Amino acid sequence: MSGVPRLEVIGIRKQFPGVLALDGVSLRVAPGEVLAVVGENGAGKSTLMKIIAGLYQPDAGEIRLDGRSVRLPTPAAAMAAGISLIHQELNLAENLSVRDNVFLGREMTRGGWLRWLDGAAMRRQAALLLQQVGLTPDRLFWRVEHLSPGEKQLVEIARALSLQVRVLIMDEPTSSLSHKETERLYEVIAAVRRAGVSVLYISHRLAEVQRCADRVVVLRDGRLAGELCGTQITHDNMVRLMVGRDLKQYYPRQHRSGRGGPVVLRLEQFRYQGGPDQPASLEVRAGEVLGMAGLVGAGRTELAEAVFGVRPWRDGQVWLDHRPLRIRHPRQAIAAGMVLVPEDRRRHGLVLDASVGFNLSLPNLRLLSRWYGISRRQERRWQQHWIERLRIRTPSPEQLVALLSGGNQQKVVYGKWLAGRPRVLILDEPTRGVDVGAKAEIYALIDELAGQGAAIWMITSDMEELLGMADRVVVMHEGRIVGELDREHLSEEAVMHLATGGRTPPAGDRHPATLPRWRPDGQADAAG
Amino acid sequence: MSRILGVLGLLTVLYAALILSNPSAGRLDNLMDVANIQGRYGLITIGAALVIIVGGIDLSIGSVCGCAAVLFGVLMERGVPPAAAVALTLAFGLTVGLINGLLITQLRLQSFLVTLCGMFIYRGVARLLAGTVSRTRAVEQHPEFVESLQQLRYLLIGKDATGELLFPAQFFLLLVTAVLVGFVLHRTAYGRYWYAIGYNDQAARYAGVAVERHRVIVYVLCSLLAAAAGVLLLLDMPSVQSDSGGLGLELYAILGAVLGGCSLRGGEGTAPGMVLGAMVLPVLENLVSFRGLKSDVIPAVIGLTLLVGTMLDEWIRRRTHPRG
Ligand SMILES: Nc1ncnc2c1ncn2[C@@H]1O[C@H](COP(=O)(O)OP(=O)(O)OP(=O)(O)O)[C@@H](O)[C@H]1O
Ligand SMILES: [Mg+2]
Repeated sequence: MSGVPRLEVIGIRKQFPGVLALDGVSLRVAPGEVLAVVGENGAGKSTLMKIIAGLYQPDAGEIRLDGRSVRLPTPAAAMAAGISLIHQELNLAENLSVRDNVFLGREMTRGGWLRWLDGAAMRRQAALLLQQVGLTPDRLFWRVEHLSPGEKQLVEIARALSLQVRVLIMDEPTSSLSHKETERLYEVIAAVRRAGVSVLYISHRLAEVQRCADRVVVLRDGRLAGELCGTQITHDNMVRLMVGRDLKQYYPRQHRSGRGGPVVLRLEQFRYQGGPDQPASLEVRAGEVLGMAGLVGAGRTELAEAVFGVRPWRDGQVWLDHRPLRIRHPRQAIAAGMVLVPEDRRRHGLVLDASVGFNLSLPNLRLLSRWYGISRRQERRWQQHWIERLRIRTPSPEQLVALLSGGNQQKVVYGKWLAGRPRVLILDEPTRGVDVGAKAEIYALIDELAGQGAAIWMITSDMEELLGMADRVVVMHEGRIVGELDREHLSEEAVMHLATGGRTPPAGDRHPATLPRWRPDGQADAAG
Repeated sequence: MSRILGVLGLLTVLYAALILSNPSAGRLDNLMDVANIQGRYGLITIGAALVIIVGGIDLSIGSVCGCAAVLFGVLMERGVPPAAAVALTLAFGLTVGLINGLLITQLRLQSFLVTLCGMFIYRGVARLLAGTVSRTRAVEQHPEFVESLQQLRYLLIGKDATGELLFPAQFFLLLVTAVLVGFVLHRTAYGRYWYAIGYNDQAARYAGVAVERHRVIVYVLCSLLAAAAGVLLLLDMPSVQSDSGGLGLELYAILGAVLGGCSLRGGEGTAPGMVLGAMVLPVLENLVSFRGLKSDVIPAVIGLTLLVGTMLDEWIRRRTHPRG
């Protein structure tokens, strides 16, 4: 690297109560360079980025911009210096419109201190930004709460670009984006780096890192574990530095059950209120991982939520272990042995203001109750057990869940369901924001559960994960299940083809795999 | 926009019922009387609503209003000219708001607790200042105030020397305030920040908004409006008792704000909604008195109305499109 780096941080240290999050980290980025920062959950990546963005103050260390030492006491100061952070956890004012969120804190105004909003100018500018990130312009005046997580993420990105940005920090920007939206993001990154913007890119999806980073730094336990450039950037190298050892089996599907197990969950012509008019039919077998692919907004989450009882049913039949089900409330779904690990863990998966232990116990209080009530000692022991079993990194069960790193929060959501030994697990983006090590652990867990005969319905936008874990894949497009692929015919192209609305195999595809409802016995039956 | 349809419907029904209930109820002078009360309620409702929008609550409004009325009277009795007394009383409101705001943002105390304490404290201060204050007594002691006091009364209340209501000045005051507040809320960056803070102060902070400062500003505005309502109270009424002046007004104000579309969760509410929400209660009270019902039924009727209003509001809200 030659010349003055755009951004340089030197010896940053940050102590939280009970956790030394950063212990003397230094790094530098050149103008127009994409530097990826990787590391396990809790390694301190987000903390470092928040320090650079003026949200936290370091206990020690220095930040230099274009060679000059700067102090960034507030986010506003960092923004004024051209540093823009896209947060790992969505941080939007959901009661405001998309346009208002894009400009929140930096409204275009007239009239001096009156700060009279210039609505027209903001609308024009916002429309351009939305186009740039690939969000449909009709969303401009929608309240953000009505957007899907993927769309919210795009709003965050548009927000970051609205600034005269010199350093763009993206903390897991793709964790809720679909394949197509991710491609779009790469284009955005390519465009800003051409304009000389330095990009700091954090992701747990190592394939992405490999693809878009010029250089990778690895954090481990708050320290710099190593640095990779160019051809050194390989999956194995990164993993070795991150976890300090080789990870053998990454996708450990050992219990692949052939295609044998009995059908556990079956939807027949199922429709729900507010859903698409086309009914959905679907089967998940015991011991099987059914992958569900589709673009963001294809209606996968909605379908899962409806089956789980979050949305009211309209018609059709749902069978669990050959018994017809009628679910009006998640309580009934859980009683029947069906659980949901939701896509948006902070909103639907966790009581954020409560402790790790509280969250783990919540759905299992019946299990923990004796005639005299809950035994605190036993509860704590039980919580410890799950914390260890899932390797949740927390100083104690009493730690607030909101203070855990993203990946560890996700593990808490798993922990709270696994104790009940569910028959059907609906996993909506099961490893969103989870590091490689923990991912491998979660995959092993899924495999183990499948091995014990659970039926797993896994909704995912992570192509690697889909290809690595699913025994069978159904693809949704615009609210409909448009096709099914079994293991032999599963490929990225086939999935994308169906997900983008293609019905016939793409040219040159040898497989008949993309026919609707492809069955293992080789017979394509009528759709529906 | 749809957020105010519910309260608009409720008001229409109430006004129709009022006019049909009694021929004299629909007369202009009665409607002006009602409007005058609506104006005073409206001012405190706006204050309460702003606090609710930033995700807080202010329970001290009634006591601050009563205390301000008493302070205003005592100052005049001690020989402070009326205009100066108004200024000092408003300064009192400002100070109270500043204290509330700083306690809530700097010491991170909960707004409910801080203002609940304020509710007791300022009621106590009022009772320490005087048992009762009256305009006539102030004028007896200082005859030189007669003219300026009457001028104030004409300007702010709309009543002439005989006590007849010439025009609903308090309602006009409300409209002017609502337009100003509406401008800030809906047309400037400050309003944007208030909505963002109320819904998700973390998001606002991350966006570089000075969350604490804005919260303090809003509490100051709220107490300032409450003190202004206290001044109006003493200008309107012949006398104000320190133990009952403005008693329970905070609940009326919160109720008006909620009827007008503010969500107690924060981040919701519009200026027109606040005005409409504040208009409901005085009409209702007037209706009850014209129906010849005993004032004992007023609390029950108020409670029921609020319930119906919130149900209507929720029903409409569930039917709205993601836009807007
Ligand atoms: N505000 C806070 N208070 C206390 N501890 C915190 C706080 N923020 C982070 N931590 C702790 O600091 C450590 C580093 O967290 P950080 O969020 O930076 O990890 P990360 O590398 O971003 O992880 P992930 O990949 O899961 O997002 C974790 O142990 C976390 O629990
Ligand atoms: Mg993080």
